[in-house]
Amino acid sequence: MALATKSGRNTARPPAAAPTRGFWASTIGKKTVMAASGLIMLAYLVAHVTGNLKVFFGPEEFNGYGHWLRVMGAPVLHHQWGLWIARIVLLTAVVAHAVSAYQLSRRDIKARPTAYVHRRKGASYATRTMRWGGVVLGLFIVWHVLDLTTGTVHAGGFEEGRPYQNVIDTFSTWYGNVIYIVAMLAVGLHVRHGFWSAAQTLGIGNARRERALTFLANALALVLTAGFIAVPVGVMTGVVS
Amino acid sequence: MRLNLRVWRQKNGDAEGAMATYRVDGISPDMSFLEMLDTLNEELILRGEDPVAFDHDCREGICGACSLVINGDAHGPERTTSCQLHMRSFRDGDTIDVEPWRAAAFPVVKDLVVDRSAFDRIIQAGGYVSVPTGSAPEAHATPVPKADADHAFEHAECIGCGACVAACPNGSAMLFTSAKVNHLGVLPQGAPERESRVLDMVAQMDAEGFGGCTLTGECATACPKGIPLPSIAAMNKEWLRARRKAGRS
Ligand code: HEM
Ligand code: SF4
Ligand code: FES
Repeated sequence: MALATKSGRNTARPPAAAPTRGFWASTIGKKTVMAASGLIMLAYLVAHVTGNLKVFFGPEEFNGYGHWLRVMGAPVLHHQWGLWIARIVLLTAVVAHAVSAYQLSRRDIKARPTAYVHRRKGASYATRTMRWGGVVLGLFIVWHVLDLTTGTVHAGGFEEGRPYQNVIDTFSTWYGNVIYIVAMLAVGLHVRHGFWSAAQTLGIGNARRERALTFLANALALVLTAGFIAVPVGVMTGVVS
Repeated sequence: MRLNLRVWRQKNGDAEGAMATYRVDGISPDMSFLEMLDTLNEELILRGEDPVAFDHDCREGICGACSLVINGDAHGPERTTSCQLHMRSFRDGDTIDVEPWRAAAFPVVKDLVVDRSAFDRIIQAGGYVSVPTGSAPEAHATPVPKADADHAFEHAECIGCGACVAACPNGSAMLFTSAKVNHLGVLPQGAPERESRVLDMVAQMDAEGFGGCTLTGECATACPKGIPLPSIAAMNKEWLRARRKAGRS
């Protein structure tokens, strides 16, 4: 067993805080919130990339899809209710994800205050970029909403209900393409570690499912990144115009 | 063999520490890493200097005392304990860095010695089974399926060395805690305390100031006993299950 070394005042150092069984107080509880909210956003991204690819079938189909989002759930739901429910769920997920990520990261950094003098190569790139990648994604989400949902920072004349033209406007600027492509690479990396990690956090992962989960994580990351990036590439090459 | 050592020296928990450089000569490749440090200490004592303090006890890889980060790796380059690491793993003329376990929950006591009593308190919180004492139980009264026995044994191998914490970029004790939760959780003897064990051990682990798990896998790579990474997922599952049960009762 571990040694409680007897030496002056260091003896039997008391724990830093009183133990608690609370859900949110626990690192595992917070991590569960992070995993669940991450998976909600991931499910949304799969639907989102599918919808985005309709841009390759012309303005009618793409704008029609945009219109459908507003009548989604009809006739049970009133106009735009479905869309607003989705927005509220997503906003809750983003906030829950960011708050748990922030609190856990603070704690993790505090738990390892001194670095080793002899540095060695750490974990995989995707694993090491979860925090900064997450921040990049958070900033991207803000820009993206202001660009294509509200039109506040949109390049050119933003027209509600004409998403096809709006998308072409955005991807006709160099910075629009750069921001978008960088963010989508970040999504791929984040999902690659995040999906697999969420499975472990929720206790779904085990040695037997290891290969299947890793494969699924890589496949999801690749499909999302490639699918999203196809749109600006389509605009740049003139396939979408 | 002749080696350059860079060793962390720190007078006590409150003092500033720094790496100090030493040369050792006449090291046999058959020496263990600790015997090499003994050689250095003998020289330091002859020179009237303070010998390097490091933890050790069994020197056969079963007690978990020998806590050395060697060239940035907990227990050094081989998958074994520092005491079972031999100098043949290094080359003549090498420079070797030796540092203590680094984690907020494992404060340095002196040089390479850290206080790991946080682990003891995690075990005290729930890493036990309650048994009636007195008459010995009938050996065949509680059969354990082979697969469960194997699972328990695999996790009972944890020697509480703390290499998992030392290797983790978050100073997390999830692998250590999961070893005991997995070990006792599958056994019938551990069943009565199954829920309180995982809840209390995790609560104590958090209270000690260990970090959370980000599944980097450094712990399982460093573990000299091969406690596998999926044991953490299994503990998460146990914890969530215990929370659900606690919510119902
Ligand atoms: C607000 C922006 C975001 C921030 C700040 C953020 C941050 C983080 C951090 C720090 C982690 C922990 C990584 C680890 O295990 O080491 C994480 C995990 C995760 N993230 Fe994000 N992320 C963000 C956006 C997203 C988005 C848009 C998705 C959707 C694809 C996502 C999906 C996930 C998943 C599935 C996990 C795994 C949870 C787990 O480890 O159990 N995140 N995120
Ligand atoms: S899990 Fe492995 S590395 Fe961690 S304390 Fe136990 S034996 Fe040491
Ligand atoms: S001294 Fe006991 S394991 Fe190394």
